[in-house]
Amino acid sequence: MTVMEQRGAYRPTPPPAWQPRTDPAPLLPDEEPYRVLGTDAADKVDPELLRRLYAELVRGRRYNTQATALTKQGRLAVYPSSTGQEACEIAAALALEERDWLFPSYRDTLAVVARGLDPASALTLLRGDWHTGYDPREHRIAPLSTPLATQLPHAVGLAHAARLKGDDVVALAMVGDGGTSEGDFHEALNFAAVWQAPVVFLVQNNGFAISVPLAKQTAAPSLAHKAVGYGMPGRLVDGNDAAAMHEVLSEAVARAREGGGPTLVEAVTYRMEAHTNADDATRYRQDTDVEAWRDHDPILLMERELTERGLLDDDMKRQAGEDAEAMAADLRQHMNQEPVLDPMDLFTHVYAEQTSQLREQAAQLRAELEVAAEEAEEETR
Amino acid sequence: MSTVAAKPVTKPATKPATMAQALGRALRDSMAEDPSVHVLGEDVGALGGVFRVTDGLAAEFGEDRCTDTPLAEAGILGTAVGMAMYGLRPVVEMQFDAFAYPAFEQLISHVARMRNRTRGTLPLPITVRVPYGGGIGGVEHHSDSSEAYYIATPGLHVVTPATVSDAYGLLRASIASDDPVVFLEPKRLYWSKADWNPDAPQTVEPIGRAVVRRSGRSATLITYGPSVPVCLEAAEAARAEGWDLEVVDLRSLVPFDDETVAASVRRTGRAVVVHESGGFGGPGGEIAARVTERCFHHLEAPVLRVAGFDIPYPPPMLEKHHLPGVDRILDAVARLQWEADS
Ligand SMILES: Cc1ncc(C[n+]2csc(CCOP(=O)(O)OP(=O)(O)O)c2C)c(N)n1
Repeated sequence: MTVMEQRGAYRPTPPPAWQPRTDPAPLLPDEEPYRVLGTDAADKVDPELLRRLYAELVRGRRYNTQATALTKQGRLAVYPSSTGQEACEIAAALALEERDWLFPSYRDTLAVVARGLDPASALTLLRGDWHTGYDPREHRIAPLSTPLATQLPHAVGLAHAARLKGDDVVALAMVGDGGTSEGDFHEALNFAAVWQAPVVFLVQNNGFAISVPLAKQTAAPSLAHKAVGYGMPGRLVDGNDAAAMHEVLSEAVARAREGGGPTLVEAVTYRMEAHTNADDATRYRQDTDVEAWRDHDPILLMERELTERGLLDDDMKRQAGEDAEAMAADLRQHMNQEPVLDPMDLFTHVYAEQTSQLREQAAQLRAELEVAAEEAEEETR
Repeated sequence: MSTVAAKPVTKPATKPATMAQALGRALRDSMAEDPSVHVLGEDVGALGGVFRVTDGLAAEFGEDRCTDTPLAEAGILGTAVGMAMYGLRPVVEMQFDAFAYPAFEQLISHVARMRNRTRGTLPLPITVRVPYGGGIGGVEHHSDSSEAYYIATPGLHVVTPATVSDAYGLLRASIASDDPVVFLEPKRLYWSKADWNPDAPQTVEPIGRAVVRRSGRSATLITYGPSVPVCLEAAEAARAEGWDLEVVDLRSLVPFDDETVAASVRRTGRAVVVHESGGFGGPGGEIAARVTERCFHHLEAPVLRVAGFDIPYPPPMLEKHHLPGVDRILDAVARLQWEADS
């Protein structure tokens, strides 16, 4: 017999103890993104919840347009808009209880605001006055993460720690479609599944990683499919359907809380604006593609549903608009104030106690500042 | 107070212990004292780590406190970040120096700067234990001296013990630190022995203090970790040449103890920095510059460096040519512009 024949005849026999962990079939996502709005499922949703989602969507959209305007006025260094993705952002925040933790990426300012952080503090990173403008422990919101997918293992570790302490705390971590190619994405999902950590991973598949379309990012049938290999369920959801997002995320959060382990949720959505204000989207996509999504706008979908069921009148629409305007005005007013920064802060939070090296450098800067202040004073004299 | 009957006071018994045992004891005592201390890494459970430093911890404290993780360094350190955010004190074991590199993204982008980016509200008390350095005949990727990468990252403390007693004390101090510490364990000293009293182990001063291991008047050898015993040996050998060498063990690279180092060099007027890692871009350059800045008028000679060559870590059969040994150190001392010679 030749070696090749031998190989052909070889059938690996699983060792006696080997068992497939789970039947992969229940872990597989649906073929079509799950929808609620415009389907019979919508009848079962509490009308109050639909109205709340609507108001939050309107507010979120206004936040996005206001923040984008602030970049044009030079008040923000950069703003990665989530216009078109508001349903994902709002649902992520509303699916969580107060004791839970949110792990956002740089595009998720809106989720942070919807969770209750004041709109101006959420922009500290993007304005450039410091990196994180809030106390993560106080709000149970991790810092906005700029390196892609690196916050996902943090969410796993935190959720795991909470469970070890006997707290029924859930962590929800957000990442983009591009971020799912990073090694940290893989490691986080694997750890979460092995530890059965109470984590929900939310992938916002908005079509692009800066300029690179999903087809160049993965060969998987969907990003939700990736869950199966780790032994956790994957759910494919219409990311512009706030009711569907809320239902699926709430379900995943509840399961995690009850000890059912992690879930990967892929929200199929679209990034209506450029990656950031610094990006030229015409280089990699057609306006017609963007237009095709306008009819599937998250606010429009919700408005249609509410109107058809007689749940939205002009008064409520006006009220939602006014609330959003008030928030935007407040934000503008905050952002138009010059931030007061203390350069000596540069040395304050590097270590619990300054090293002698940092003390020397702090002294140097202090001396420079004193000279500058004296010079400024002389000039005004 | 406990009601245990008072034992008769006897002199604490010292017995030979290895550095690995002292490290393990430090982990054990830290875990016993503070329930928030958790150990995680590859093979740290039933096996006790490939160097047996974590031996017995899983049995004593359970697998929730001493956890065998999936094989993923970024995942280990990344989850440790989240654990620390929730109030735990993770002690992470990286199996070997060169296998810590997948975790660098987490270390540099998050661990080192979380306190800073959150204005002090989210300090991360994480200890990252990294067995490092050569001299054990390890195959490729098992002998790197990676300290230059760590010391170049603000926000991390970087410490490395050279004695059994310091191994215990420094690790206790690292775990107790509210800031992340990269704890470099000189692999080839794991089995070094010293008389040590495990029932009354010594802790150390706060992280950041160097110690004079041997005092002398002719010149100062500035060193740390695996090179400390080599320098002490060189100092003994130097006596035959009429040189009385002082040996400073840095113990901590960050923070750096400028005071102890400068005081020594001002006394002796001459200095050689000794370490295993490459000289170009290595810690020795920084140390020599600091010494020169502080002691220029006391210096009788330029500060010299004896370092590993600037090569990828060599195969085990050649490593003896790479590692700074006694002869190379004495050669450097001989080049310190002794007046009698000129
Ligand atoms: C580790 C890392 N590599 C590269 C970048 C630069 N970068 C910023 S955003 C981005 C694209 C991310 O795309 P995606 O994950 O789909 O998120 P989206 O921007 O679409 O929300 C890239 C490459 C980064 N931030 N982090």
